[in-house]
Amino acid sequence: MQELLVISGKGGTGKTSIVAALAALAEDKVLADCDVDAADLHLLLRPEVESVNEFYGSNKAVIDVRICTGCGRCLEVCRYEAIKEFRVNPVFCEGCGACKLACAAGAITMEPNLAGYWYISDTPYGPLVHAQLGIAEDNSGKLVTLVRQEARRLAQENNASLIITDGPPGIGCPVISSLAGVTLALVVTEPTVAGRHDLERVLSLASHFKVPVTVCINKYDLAPEKTREIEDYCHNAAITIAGKIPFDIDVARALVNAVPLTACSSGAAARAVRALWDSLQVHLERLKKSLS
Amino acid sequence: MHVAVASGKGGTGKTTIAVNLALALAEKIPVQVLDCDVEEPNAHLFLQPVFQQEEPVTLPVPEVDNARCDGCGRCSEACAFHALAVAGGRVITFPEMCHGCGACIAACPQGALAEKPQRIGVVARGRAGRIDFVQGKIDVGVPLAPPVIRAVKKQARGEGLTLLDAPPGTSCPVVAAVKDCNFCLLVTEPTPFGLNDLRLAVGMVRELGIPFAVVINRSTLGDLRVERYCRHEGIPVLLKIPFNKKYAATYARGKCLVQEYPEWAPAFAGLWREIERLVARHAGIAGN
Amino acid sequence: MKVAITARGNDPKAEADPRFGRCQYFVIADVEKGTFEAIANANQNAGGGAGVAAAQALVNAGVEVVLTGNVGPNALRVLQEAGIKVYSTAAPTVQAALQQWQAGGVSPLSRATVGSHFGMGRGGNKW
Repeated sequence: MQELLVISGKGGTGKTSIVAALAALAEDKVLADCDVDAADLHLLLRPEVESVNEFYGSNKAVIDVRICTGCGRCLEVCRYEAIKEFRVNPVFCEGCGACKLACAAGAITMEPNLAGYWYISDTPYGPLVHAQLGIAEDNSGKLVTLVRQEARRLAQENNASLIITDGPPGIGCPVISSLAGVTLALVVTEPTVAGRHDLERVLSLASHFKVPVTVCINKYDLAPEKTREIEDYCHNAAITIAGKIPFDIDVARALVNAVPLTACSSGAAARAVRALWDSLQVHLERLKKSLS
Repeated sequence: MHVAVASGKGGTGKTTIAVNLALALAEKIPVQVLDCDVEEPNAHLFLQPVFQQEEPVTLPVPEVDNARCDGCGRCSEACAFHALAVAGGRVITFPEMCHGCGACIAACPQGALAEKPQRIGVVARGRAGRIDFVQGKIDVGVPLAPPVIRAVKKQARGEGLTLLDAPPGTSCPVVAAVKDCNFCLLVTEPTPFGLNDLRLAVGMVRELGIPFAVVINRSTLGDLRVERYCRHEGIPVLLKIPFNKKYAATYARGKCLVQEYPEWAPAFAGLWREIERLVARHAGIAGN
Repeated sequence: MKVAITARGNDPKAEADPRFGRCQYFVIADVEKGTFEAIANANQNAGGGAGVAAAQALVNAGVEVVLTGNVGPNALRVLQEAGIKVYSTAAPTVQAALQQWQAGGVSPLSRATVGSHFGMGRGGNKW
């Protein structure tokens, strides 16, 4: 089983649209949405939810006011400004338990915290594992890990040969959890100064975790000179460009109609995604061979 | 006044709004920009500040005094993040897992643990014309953004306008950036993704009790559902920027709308007036 | 002597799990007494540090030998520091792994076989 992760560093480069478009092309796969903060893939895949599961993040401190003596030790030790007037604000509590240790009266307990939900769904393009982290919750890395584990389990059950994962933006905690141990990371960038800057950061993260990468330049024709810069940069870093997708109004249309691009368009962008998929298959095949 | 520019969805134009608002106001009032998107900071690409000082951001991680440690294991039990283990009568630390909470130090009955600073990122400060500029950046491979965001926010001045460019999403890094701000601008786009993620972002700012309004970017590239949602929820839409290939090209080259298309300057000045009005109104309501 | 095997179930017939930090159970065999006990891996779904937490649990349980598929660097350090011997096995069940170890058919692990965070993703089967 192989795992293809689509990430971008910078948000809004078109990751999710590309994942949905690939989902409509690939066979024998399981889909996973690891952008648990702001999950969007389900909007394009129209899932029928089969199971809803609770996700518990880190524990949160709770002060029992009947036992609390008001000594103030908890306020002194909390480094997250989570305790005000002997009340814990769960939004800021990281669940470290330092306050509980400090409380001489034993008024503080660490309670489990329902931090979100994860779902297994059926879509016209195959099973989807997705999640929604509660608003202002932490521990997105832990939820990402869970989504990936479930996707793997489903893939094993269904004898699927591939998992395609929509990753989160950035290079922090949830991205690290998404990236570790995948077969190949497809980095979607755009030809802008910000896209290029963020591409370099996310590529060094992938190299830090020794994950093979390939790049796709989305809307490449909007700024040809920036596209050339990115191509030169990748060339010098010995990173392949798996595809280049032109700006195409069909992409926005597909999005507004909530369907994968490759399921509704035969325009320039859809053709480019097909070519991208061909090239990704070659990549994955090569990686499979290099391991056997 | 502290104004955060946030969005549930990435790439909707947070940085565009922040830098253009900063440039449009810098001649009139003191403006500071804090780039709190410490995983992928971008505002410097547009404002081109000259950085004058740089300071590492550190996290206090435990260090063991083996002469005092008796291997009791309390530190390992106390650590919620599995950053310490006790094996063979010795403490082993994994600083990359540490959140710097200090629980292990408090738990040690022997006083055998002390804290030492471990670098996790950097805060840089400089100037871009009249704009005071601060940016945070986590080191590659470091999962913990909030401490770096808090370090950036410590550089905030009290005067004029302090604009915070927040990271995307609605979880802990965003909360760290938006927390304690006087106002939050939510930037979105008129697509199903933009709407879905706007709803989440609205939930977040409501949870934090911060007054907010919406800016719709690429407003002609989608449908009317975002506007309908805002109307239904009573959320003011303060500015709409249409999609234009010329604007996209300006952004791609790292240039700013108000500089290349000065006709946009009054719109950003108007945006600021609206924010001031909404903040005053919120203060009035809160005061009553 | 106590030997721990990473497993998907809680008895000697259970399928062995090649993941260390993110296995479901540790089945612990007392070789002299011929008895088995199982501890559920409480940190199977931890955001991070599952390997360290698992290693700590085995140290605390007084285990001397670990039979598993892959171990990351942090967990291995904890096990080695405690003097626990770690062996790599691809045996299908807990019992088979134990027999393989008793017959001297397992190879000792002195270096991490996988990078940090490995069990989060690919560990479920070999590739």
